[in-house]
Amino acid sequence: MTAHDLWLLSPELSVAGLGVLVIIVDLIIDKKTPLIWLAAVGLLVPLGLTLGLWFNTPETEIGVFGTVTADRFALFFHFLLIGTTGAVIIAGATYSKKFVGFQGEFLALVLLSVSGMMLLVASQDVITAYVALELSALPAAALAAFLRTDRSLEAGLKFLLLSALSSAVLLYGLVYLYGATGTTDIAGMLEGINSMTADGDRAFGSSAIILGVVMVVAGFGFKMAMAPFQMWVPDVYEGAPTPVVAFLSIASKSAAFAIVLRVLYTALGTEGLASDWSTLIAILAAITMTAGNLLALSQRNIKRMLGYSTVAHAGYLLVGLAAVAGNSDSAGFIAGPQGVLFYLVAYAVTNLAVFFAIIAITNKTGSDMISGFAGMARRAPLLSVLLALGLLSLLGIPPTAGFLGKIFVFSAAVDSGLAWLAIVGVINSVISAFYYLRVVRTMFLDEPESEERVTADVPVWAATLVASAGLLVFGIAPSSLLEFARHAVFGVIT
Amino acid sequence: MFEGWLSIVVFLPAAAALVIALFLRKDSHIRWFAIGATVLNLVLIVITYVDYDRSLGGVQMVDRYADWIPVEGLRAEYLLGIDGLSAPLVLLTGLLTAVAAFASWRITLRVREYFIWLLVLSTSVLGVFLALDFLLFFIFWEIELIPMFMLISIWGSGRNRYSAMKFVIFTLGGSAFMLIGILALFLSSGVDTFAMVSIPSEDILGIPDLIAGKDLLIPAGVIWFFLFTAFAVKMPLWPFHSWLPDAHTDAPTAVSIMLAGVLLKMGGYGLLRISVGMFQETKGFQVQDVAWLLATLAVISIIYGAIVTLRQKDLKRLVAFSSVSHMGFVVLGVSSIVGVGGTVTDAGLNGAALQMVTHGTITGLMFLTVGLVYDRAHTRYIPDLGGLALRWPLITASMVIAGLASLGLPGLSGFVAEITVFLGTYEVWPWLTAIGAFGVVLAAGYVLWMMQRTFFGPRNERFQDIEDASFVDMIPVVALVISIVAIGVFPKLVTEVFKVGISELVRI
Repeated sequence: MTAHDLWLLSPELSVAGLGVLVIIVDLIIDKKTPLIWLAAVGLLVPLGLTLGLWFNTPETEIGVFGTVTADRFALFFHFLLIGTTGAVIIAGATYSKKFVGFQGEFLALVLLSVSGMMLLVASQDVITAYVALELSALPAAALAAFLRTDRSLEAGLKFLLLSALSSAVLLYGLVYLYGATGTTDIAGMLEGINSMTADGDRAFGSSAIILGVVMVVAGFGFKMAMAPFQMWVPDVYEGAPTPVVAFLSIASKSAAFAIVLRVLYTALGTEGLASDWSTLIAILAAITMTAGNLLALSQRNIKRMLGYSTVAHAGYLLVGLAAVAGNSDSAGFIAGPQGVLFYLVAYAVTNLAVFFAIIAITNKTGSDMISGFAGMARRAPLLSVLLALGLLSLLGIPPTAGFLGKIFVFSAAVDSGLAWLAIVGVINSVISAFYYLRVVRTMFLDEPESEERVTADVPVWAATLVASAGLLVFGIAPSSLLEFARHAVFGVIT
Repeated sequence: MFEGWLSIVVFLPAAAALVIALFLRKDSHIRWFAIGATVLNLVLIVITYVDYDRSLGGVQMVDRYADWIPVEGLRAEYLLGIDGLSAPLVLLTGLLTAVAAFASWRITLRVREYFIWLLVLSTSVLGVFLALDFLLFFIFWEIELIPMFMLISIWGSGRNRYSAMKFVIFTLGGSAFMLIGILALFLSSGVDTFAMVSIPSEDILGIPDLIAGKDLLIPAGVIWFFLFTAFAVKMPLWPFHSWLPDAHTDAPTAVSIMLAGVLLKMGGYGLLRISVGMFQETKGFQVQDVAWLLATLAVISIIYGAIVTLRQKDLKRLVAFSSVSHMGFVVLGVSSIVGVGGTVTDAGLNGAALQMVTHGTITGLMFLTVGLVYDRAHTRYIPDLGGLALRWPLITASMVIAGLASLGLPGLSGFVAEITVFLGTYEVWPWLTAIGAFGVVLAAGYVLWMMQRTFFGPRNERFQDIEDASFVDMIPVVALVISIVAIGVFPKLVTEVFKVGISELVRI
């Protein structure tokens, strides 16, 4: 470890350090509100460090014995993860009063989990990636159980067990990849595969790689909420505290997609292999979005419904992942991953807006059922409009970011000869109209249970407003974000 | 006109909606402000229409921001422009939006939200007609759904929630296919623009020129059907029409006017601009190949729509089904694109375009009148009505004019449009045209029979104490009657402009 390595790792380290600091301060002071501000303001440090890295390192900087990188791709996700975490901490300020006596631990666990995710997206070595994944998952399981109600505990336990199982599958897959290529280095794997086609005398040959890819995709698929590994999602979403759900649905999913993008495009990006896993991912994408949307149709609990919705969105994102082969020109080649990155940001601001609005409303009403939102347009006009806007973005109606995100991934799919997948995707969007619009209709049409106004606390209200502004800005003027994503994509495409 | 003019035209209603949302609180202020905004926009549109240089033709008043979405894989521009095809439809939209705003005079439920949605709807429809970038077109096309969903489901009656959802799902389903079609066109090799037309003054080479005679990403026929589905749903063409009677019947009056008057025209406009305008020289498939299909579906729509209309007992449902029949004439006119012996006469297409405008004004007037009746009688069930003429002469006069125009009385606008369609299609499809012309006879049947049962006959004691239409009620009626008579007597007002647009559309 050199000072330079520390510099490369500084965002991750500073987030983890912030988590530890929060615990220590928690022991000293009695009032808990300052902790929230400490955590939120403290995140400016990793944000600053990430900015510094973005402007001061060459694009292909690799450190810590070749295991961690600070390329544009990793930094892109650092911004996304830090932003999401900051927003969740601020918006969860009121909600976290429910965790009597444990606010400090709550914040620390969030920070530790996100430090794991940041390390995950920066991993240049599959062993590091595996360790980072565990670092992100264990605090998340504790967070899911944080309400200590039956459902919350069930959510935590389910997350823990399935997470462990998926890690095992992932590890098994990584072993195959290691066996076939002789290295754990992600970039090195590509060389291993290229040389293998030349001599072709390794154990199992290329079938080991295919097996490895399938298991790696399955292992990360758990975190991405990909079918058929989505079973935990609705239960955890229903039981876990709402800020934690927001955090999991965005940060955890983004990080998982980041590492899958890196492994697939960097290590397994050879032409022959790409067409194999592209087909696999395309089929999984079709299954995932269809399953998510169909199961969401009959939900009565809004968090459970959004759980299935998140599965559906994993499906749309997988469409972009599958769109590996550009049509003819090299420009098309990056369209898929670029679309995925744009979609992830669009999905992040959208889901933040939706969950924050839900937090603001349910803080007062206390019910997560969709029927509890009846007539909310009269009780909380602005929050209802923002929540409706978020739902429309999830549905993919312009001029929201969600619409452009879908356009980008679907056009990448059509461009790669996956027109059928794009058709499945748009039909799925139509299906999703039923359940998203049902919530809108409930809010704007049904008679409210009481006429009492629902007022939100300033932090969550402001966070909702900022996230909603984001989804409109990215929906109307997407060019700067796209440019940003384009830079990032060159980190994984060789 | 200066650059940015068309953006003002498109976004003025949305800006007015924003002002209402942020600043206005009193219902009466909101009403006047919304009406004022729509009338002002109508004035701007009339200026635009007059200012459009017919002798020059082509796309004019281009409003362009080329770097809107500048990525390699998806180069979309913010591109507005007006040409001979869109200008009359924009005029129609401006007129009917103002009419709809007046017709919303009696709305008392959640007035602020109502006018906000109505104005947003106006912006989205104007955007559809003026956008010349395919992605932008699609965006406006989709935005239109949300205000309609809200307007039908909150201010509608009957099974309004069901109808609103049905409307949204049908349209979304159609546009899902359209999106794939658009992407496939854009991603075909050699195409790097979403421009829907070529604009020489801006150095824009549009999709119709770029795809002519080339291999596309997926076969041109498949793309055509994807796009056509969206327009057929919107128009609506049999067998995609089933959302329309529900949506119309359950929507409030002003929304029915907008729906029948301008929203259906989005389908007709798409059919002309895209299905016809882009696919005349494509390789392996041309729109001429499926002209027989268009003609057949059109005639089925005309006859089926008319027969079903005859059977209706609800006034609004009756007018709604008559729209299916009348929009069939648009498609019949379009089907003449196949021509005879290699030559295409513009007459059919001109008739189709004119029919859109006349149907907009006539059906708008019919819905307006039905709304006036319903406001007073609180029923639209025809057997409950009857003898209204003696008590409400103004309302009756309005329905008589609309009805006569609808059945094609010479001197009113419906006649000009239908006769032009028949003139254009008779040479191409003599038999189908003859059958289609029978739709006019059926129209006479359902219109006259409806008027007889509703307005004439013995005096109805039930409605003795209710007043006829007021001054404010009559403002939009008079506006529509003037436009119907004006086009009927002097069709050149509109056809002259359409002719420019259509002649540029026909490439063979």
